[in-house]
Amino acid sequence: MDKITALIVDDSSVMRKIVERSLRQAGIELEKVVEASNGAEALTALQSNVVDLILCDINMPVMDGLEFVRQAAKLEKAKGIPIVMITTEGSESHVVQALTAGARGYIRKPFTPDQVKEHVLPVLGKKQ
Amino acid sequence: MTTDTSLVTRSHEENWLPIIELAVEEVFEMMVGCRVKVAAQSENKPNEEFTAMVGLAGALCGILAVCCDAKTAGEIAKRMLGDTADSQEQVADALGEICNMIAGNFKNKLSGSGDRCMLSVPTVISGGEYSFHSLADGTCLETVLLFEGAPIAVRLQLES
Repeated sequence: MDKITALIVDDSSVMRKIVERSLRQAGIELEKVVEASNGAEALTALQSNVVDLILCDINMPVMDGLEFVRQAAKLEKAKGIPIVMITTEGSESHVVQALTAGARGYIRKPFTPDQVKEHVLPVLGKKQ
Repeated sequence: MTTDTSLVTRSHEENWLPIIELAVEEVFEMMVGCRVKVAAQSENKPNEEFTAMVGLAGALCGILAVCCDAKTAGEIAKRMLGDTADSQEQVADALGEICNMIAGNFKNKLSGSGDRCMLSVPTVISGGEYSFHSLADGTCLETVLLFEGAPIAVRLQLES
């Protein structure tokens, strides 16, 4: 598998580290990890980084994850980049809102590394 | 696991304690990598040097809090991060995220609550010299679980 650059968006720095570790445990080789603590920071990060994958929380201050997905869908630089939500919000309406806005996957916290693998590899076009 | 406990049965909220305990057990097993078990009633309550809180609004109004002593909070953070949890900020962040996941996991287990109950971002208080007063009458459900033998209190304070 080619090395990828991942953008991890979560207001918790601890959770960003756990998500990064889970990606590595899933066998995904990371060339670079870009971190953002809310949707607005993530939009800025997309302007200056070439990203292959975005993992994004929903409940964040400043700009939440659903709004970020909607805004990212309008950005030429974000076209085609798979977005997977990682969130405590488990309701069907949140899942529908995220997928309708353009997210390609949805992982509920708490999660196992296997669940990250199961949801992330397909959006990268990789077999599990 | 999702229970069929519905929010329309708020009158049975005293039965929610096992659901809270299950939510805590799953979060620790998946995110901290260890099992916690419900403490016997004779166990001491924790020295509440760290308190993480998440607010609930909507169909459920109140606060879910996770309290433990500083050593336990540090150990939880180390387990989550490896040996890199070396600052008080990281410890608070880790405990806040644990509280957030417990609240979310609990809410998701109550059928019908996901769409009608929102969570705040977590707040963490360090230091035990404070007291908590709620202006609203309501129910307080509290359980103590043991993490590596150390007590952790989980408290759900609901407005009536």
